[in-house]
Amino acid sequence: MASLLGVLFDGLAYGMLLFLVSVGLSVTLGLMNFVNLAHGAFAMLGGYVCVALMQRWGVPFLAALPAAFIAAAVAGVILERVLYRRFYRRSHLDQVLVTIGLVFMAIAVATWAFGSQQQPLRLPSTLAGQWSLFGVDLNVYRCFLLVVGASLAVVLTFVLERTRFGAAVRASVDDARVAEALGIRVALVFQLTFAVGCGLAGLGGALGVEVLGLDPTFPLKYIVYFLLVVAVGGTGSVKGPLFAALLLGVADVAGKYYLPQVGAFILYAIMVLLLIVRPQGLVARA
Amino acid sequence: MRVRGLWLEAAFWLVLAAGFVLWPSRLPLASQVLIAGLFALSYDLILGYAGILSLGHAAYFGVGAYSAGLLAAHGWGEPISGLIAAGLLAALAGLITSPLVVRGTDLTRLMITTGLGLLLFELANRLGAITGGVDGLQGVEVQPLFGALRFDIYGRTAYGYVLAVVFVLFLAARRLVRSPFGLSLRGIRGNPARMRAIGCRVDLHLAAVYTFSAACAGVAGALLTQTTQFVGLDVLSFGRSAELLVMLIVGGAGLLYGGFIGAAVFMIAHHYLSSLDPVYWQFWLGAGLVLIVLVGRDGILGLGHRVLGVRRRRAGPAP
Amino acid sequence: MSGRLWGALALAVAVIAATGAAAQDVVKVGMIAEMSGPFAETGRQMVNGAKAYQKVYGESVGGRKVELIVRDSTGPAPEVAKRLAQELLVNDKVDFLAGFGLTPNALAVAPLATETRKPMIVMNAATSVITLKSPYIVRVSFTLAQVAAPLGTWAARNGIGKVYTLVADYGPGIDAETAFKKTFVAGGGEIVGEVRTPLRNVEFAPYLQRIKDARPQAVFIFLPVGEQPVAFMKGFAERELDKAGIRVIATGDVTEDGQLEAMGETPLGVVTTHHYSAAHDSAQNRTFLKAFAEVAGPDFKPNFMAVGAWDGMAAIYESIRRNGSGPIDGDRALAALKGLKLDSPRGPIMIDPETRDVVQTVYVRRVQKRGGRVFNVEFEQIANVKDPGK
Repeated sequence: MASLLGVLFDGLAYGMLLFLVSVGLSVTLGLMNFVNLAHGAFAMLGGYVCVALMQRWGVPFLAALPAAFIAAAVAGVILERVLYRRFYRRSHLDQVLVTIGLVFMAIAVATWAFGSQQQPLRLPSTLAGQWSLFGVDLNVYRCFLLVVGASLAVVLTFVLERTRFGAAVRASVDDARVAEALGIRVALVFQLTFAVGCGLAGLGGALGVEVLGLDPTFPLKYIVYFLLVVAVGGTGSVKGPLFAALLLGVADVAGKYYLPQVGAFILYAIMVLLLIVRPQGLVARA
Repeated sequence: MRVRGLWLEAAFWLVLAAGFVLWPSRLPLASQVLIAGLFALSYDLILGYAGILSLGHAAYFGVGAYSAGLLAAHGWGEPISGLIAAGLLAALAGLITSPLVVRGTDLTRLMITTGLGLLLFELANRLGAITGGVDGLQGVEVQPLFGALRFDIYGRTAYGYVLAVVFVLFLAARRLVRSPFGLSLRGIRGNPARMRAIGCRVDLHLAAVYTFSAACAGVAGALLTQTTQFVGLDVLSFGRSAELLVMLIVGGAGLLYGGFIGAAVFMIAHHYLSSLDPVYWQFWLGAGLVLIVLVGRDGILGLGHRVLGVRRRRAGPAP
Repeated sequence: MSGRLWGALALAVAVIAATGAAAQDVVKVGMIAEMSGPFAETGRQMVNGAKAYQKVYGESVGGRKVELIVRDSTGPAPEVAKRLAQELLVNDKVDFLAGFGLTPNALAVAPLATETRKPMIVMNAATSVITLKSPYIVRVSFTLAQVAAPLGTWAARNGIGKVYTLVADYGPGIDAETAFKKTFVAGGGEIVGEVRTPLRNVEFAPYLQRIKDARPQAVFIFLPVGEQPVAFMKGFAERELDKAGIRVIATGDVTEDGQLEAMGETPLGVVTTHHYSAAHDSAQNRTFLKAFAEVAGPDFKPNFMAVGAWDGMAAIYESIRRNGSGPIDGDRALAALKGLKLDSPRGPIMIDPETRDVVQTVYVRRVQKRGGRVFNVEFEQIANVKDPGK
């Protein structure tokens, strides 16, 4: 029983990590319908900002997280103005190509700036170690990830579904011309949404360093992980990717624990099965 | 217009045939560009003509590569029959998996194909006793072509062999996309619902083109194995599928020659940039990609067509 | 193919050959290394190691300049490696092939070394079988079995009775597992559990939990260099497996000097066996570290891969010296390399005249803190270890 609960906890925490590193993509790809394969580059930027702040200037981890968000969001705004804006109406293929190009450039820049080795990250002692609860070992950092992820999901859902800004975003994505006619400043809405998506990527990257590591190949290495959460969850909501990430996380951890012989196949097999059963994703857009 | 197109096509293949004198010291690279071009052509059939976005096409390339490799490692080193067998096996793999990829949105198809590709990679890694795992398959010995032409270090035999095979398959693909079948495919790409409404068996069409595409990809993989005389897990890697997508879009999807142009530009740029700057060449490659998309739509060929004023024979916007 | 075409081609080749022959005062070394992609660290270590050697011993030997031509194999890409080797041999007319961080790349190139009778110096790829693939291959690095087998013996002798093994599920992982198990069980140890983890794995929690449930005295691990060893060590510490009385033993790749820093303090006390540690105490190692820092900058920490390249260059220099002034002859170079003894930064090494594989001292090391930095500190050594995989 204790081991079952332990597996469930680890799985949920791992799923939440998957959600956190891909939630930015569920904004740019899921909401804005922009195939932003450079999502991982923004995540990597967040990771490097976090590590560099902590290492070189002794900034505490919790203070480095918002900095990672801001840095990636600022980079997002700049790139949106210079580049992305021109591609909103272009084909998905052109979007793929331009964002892959950005990924290559980001890899080279990261190698130049930080070298090709893994970056060290030291968690503060308050987030290290574990608590024991009814015989289940609860890793503190994983609890932290669960709390951060759940809060983010709540805030994002609220903003998108209950606020004026959220309505403006949905309207702009559905029909930019009509939205413009209704007085919504579509360009600004897109810019802000894109910045939030990139900021979330940066935050996810910073939170992910502890588990995923950080080196210049980060944006390519985990591209499948980012995409699979959004694809399985379905585009257009935050709920979908969240459910998908948690489901995949639990399945992956349980599979590796109970059936280690097939560990490598579980995540991908479940992804393929889910997509065959629900081609539009778990939470399909109405 | 039509006649000028034909002249251009003839010139394209003649230049390639003259490669023996035009770039005698670059034949190994040229062979690999042609192989990548064939692979990209196979991908063009499903992406450019049928509109199936995939990031797992290396699966069929890999099936072909390993089939040829395993045959050669177990005593069947005759290249041409090995090539045909590899193509057929890849076609079979395509036929079996086609029902899975003909449904859903772009993103769904993208991730299903990615998943299948990754599963196959893991399987090949797990079956190390058969495939050699990450160390690669050892003992691949390909016999001389027609029992006489050795695969030499200058890559002459390999280049001639690859060029001939690629040309034959190109003719087949060209025939296919200009047939009524090819026209239906473009119709499906433009509007599947309407095609269904006029009585077209959409799923069957897609399955057929997917199978043929898989066969071409398999032959490309087999060519790589036979000319390298080695096969490793990288033939199945996600990176190969992703590079394929980049090559085709760089060249221009749905234009038949886009794959070759894209493969040539991408690989030659890659080759020279990485010789000039072995550490940071990726930056320049990335910058080049961004620039290409900024300057033109539909890749280099699309740009070329607009410059030359050639009427584009294709329907609808890219997916 | 028409006769005229072949004629033109022959002419072109002849012209290239004639221009190449004029420059005999230059010896060319074609280095094929993984400079980009997921294994970029390997290539960068190797190239800087080779350059460090040239910095100390000069760019020429016996009055001839040694020119290093670096090509990027981009990762595990045998067809790229083979094509680069073809071009280096045919166009650049290199006298030596060198580099090779990954086994498939080395295996794909091996037949070319045989065909052209050029010495091929393997500076890192660690599968036993490589040297069997061509009589012109010499390996100066190590094989996985060579460093994993002594660990089994050491563990069994030092009061570790029950071991759980965790290795990445791919060729090298399985080689390490096999070699370790063989000597460990022969020494009287017991394997209480084993698991093979996916090649691209980031989530170790379920495996760590299994290990914790099995209560072994130690866990033997082998994971590819990169984020995985870091993730494993962090998870190990966070789940407090150490407090449950479990130790970590591993081959030295896992705690290699370049990435020790990324692991923080988690690997303190881990015992590994390997052939090189940056903390090795010798004049030659100090020379190496100083030169490497000058070439690659102070932030880039060298590891065994850089040493492999350094020693590869040493072997090449020695065979050029013994070759005399004529063109480099492959067979004469091989004769010079067989039985060659070198004073390496890792300690004394020798090229086995029969297998052309390296024979060297394997060290047992413990991860310790020294002057604020973490090192693999050697405390036992086993001299003259041959590759047990042949």
